[in-house]
Amino acid sequence: MNIDKGTYVRIRKTLLQPSERSENLPEDTKKVPLKMWVKGRMLEEGELFDYAHIKTITGRIEYGRVKEIEPPYKHGFGDFVEELLQIREIIIKDVYGGENNE
Amino acid sequence: MNSKYSEIMNDKKRIMMESVGIDYDAYEFEGIGFDYEKMMDDQGYQIDKIREIQKKNMVGNTPLVELRNITAYARKYAKKGYGARIFIKDEAANLSGSYKARRAALSVYKAKELGYKGVIAATSGNYGAAVAALAAKEGLKCIIVQETFDSKNISQPEILEKARKCESYGAEVVQLSVGPELFYMFLKLLDETKYFNASLYSPYGVNGVETLGFEIAEKMLEKEGKYPEAVIVTNAGGGNLTGTARGLKRAGATTTKIIGCSVDLYGLHMASDHDFNRKSFTTGHTGFGIPFSTFPDRSDVPRSAARPLRYMDRYLTMNQGSVFFITEALALLEGMERGPAGNTSLAAAFALAQEMKEDEIIVVQETEYTGAGKHSQPQLSFAKKNNVELFFGNPFDEKPGKNIIFPIDGSYIKYKEIELDTLRKSYMKHINVDELTNKDKEFLIEELNITTEQLTKIL
Repeated sequence: MNIDKGTYVRIRKTLLQPSERSENLPEDTKKVPLKMWVKGRMLEEGELFDYAHIKTITGRIEYGRVKEIEPPYKHGFGDFVEELLQIREIIIKDVYGGENNE
Repeated sequence: MNSKYSEIMNDKKRIMMESVGIDYDAYEFEGIGFDYEKMMDDQGYQIDKIREIQKKNMVGNTPLVELRNITAYARKYAKKGYGARIFIKDEAANLSGSYKARRAALSVYKAKELGYKGVIAATSGNYGAAVAALAAKEGLKCIIVQETFDSKNISQPEILEKARKCESYGAEVVQLSVGPELFYMFLKLLDETKYFNASLYSPYGVNGVETLGFEIAEKMLEKEGKYPEAVIVTNAGGGNLTGTARGLKRAGATTTKIIGCSVDLYGLHMASDHDFNRKSFTTGHTGFGIPFSTFPDRSDVPRSAARPLRYMDRYLTMNQGSVFFITEALALLEGMERGPAGNTSLAAAFALAQEMKEDEIIVVQETEYTGAGKHSQPQLSFAKKNNVELFFGNPFDEKPGKNIIFPIDGSYIKYKEIELDTLRKSYMKHINVDELTNKDKEFLIEELNITTEQLTKIL
């Protein structure tokens, strides 16, 4: 058992199979299931990628496949975007004039 | 369709009734209409009471600032004597970082008053953080249901940031893959928890925005001795526009033009798994703005309190590239680093001001917070990763999902106009009757903000 009871994890659960989904969907969405991610503490010992019960912060019990242990926030500011720098240069030029504004 | 989906959907009416605490049937007329004003007034919150609740919660009374440098920039492209003064309401100063706190304040207050243990909202936007923050202050539990990721488990960075913010306020965030069945999960959670439905479209969700319009009118009169000639509102679900317009009118600013504006995402399907991560705006766009204007009752309550066609004088769209451009200008020229989506109406105001006289005033009525994920930099970096091309050119050539075109210089920032009659005709497509009674017609005249003659023409 590599995940202790009480560990904070993120699970994934399939809510609706493609055949169970709403009728009015674009073709690409119709082909894939509706899934859910939710976080909570393990209610039992378990393994990564196995099914487990968790308790969410509001006290709800959910059951799904454990996808991540102690899930971090991975979003940030992304890679350098050259175009943003160019926008800034354009605005400075528009407002303060050409090259001789140093 | 399978039974577990239809079972919940068929039980919608009961779940709604239990979770909103409003008997919507009481406002229905015979025929197509309902008593909108009575529904809005019956909830018992007059403007003074709303202001008091918001003030107690660190919501409202945000700064209204003149953007002198942006105004000067716009005037560069205007003919002599033209170029209206541009003001902005810095709504990022609200608790949780956006005007959505105004809407959440009233919903959460009501939930507490009615004795609910918690609140639920279906939103991938700033509203989630607003509800979560206000619920935290009231000691209520909170669940936010978001549409977050596609079938390859890729999420919009902007939505991930909003989830993080909700969690910082102690909320549970339920994240779903792409699809309108989010509503199914939302109903299931309401039924399971018996929490309050803090819908953006309930009277509370819209009455709470009235203070925004009221404050603009009041402050302008005090500072400039007149009401602004125009107020421009970023439009998605319609509540921002509806509430602001009602507040302005309530304060006496009856001649102020109400202009709606959305980011143009024409061609991207909102329920498409493929298109989901090819948009660079997850709110304030035409994918919400147009359907919610032409069919307001598509929302998560039986009768939406957000009815923008009742109040809108014009409806404009901006391309994604111009909104990113003006977001940079706001930071560079005014020292205000704010989130891109909230700047949609600022981009339009920049172009619109050039057609207005220089002694006239246009107010951009919101800003929103910015940070990791929810910022031009990560959003554009994400677009590139999804093979969306970025370049400089004519913004009108932009193909949402395929490219983002930034204006070559400030003179290229232009809006597109959607004729209101086109929207009104599209609204009529949802009216399913062969013969309209006089009562129906009266309702439509109010609903579409038109005269009897105009209605006859549309019919």
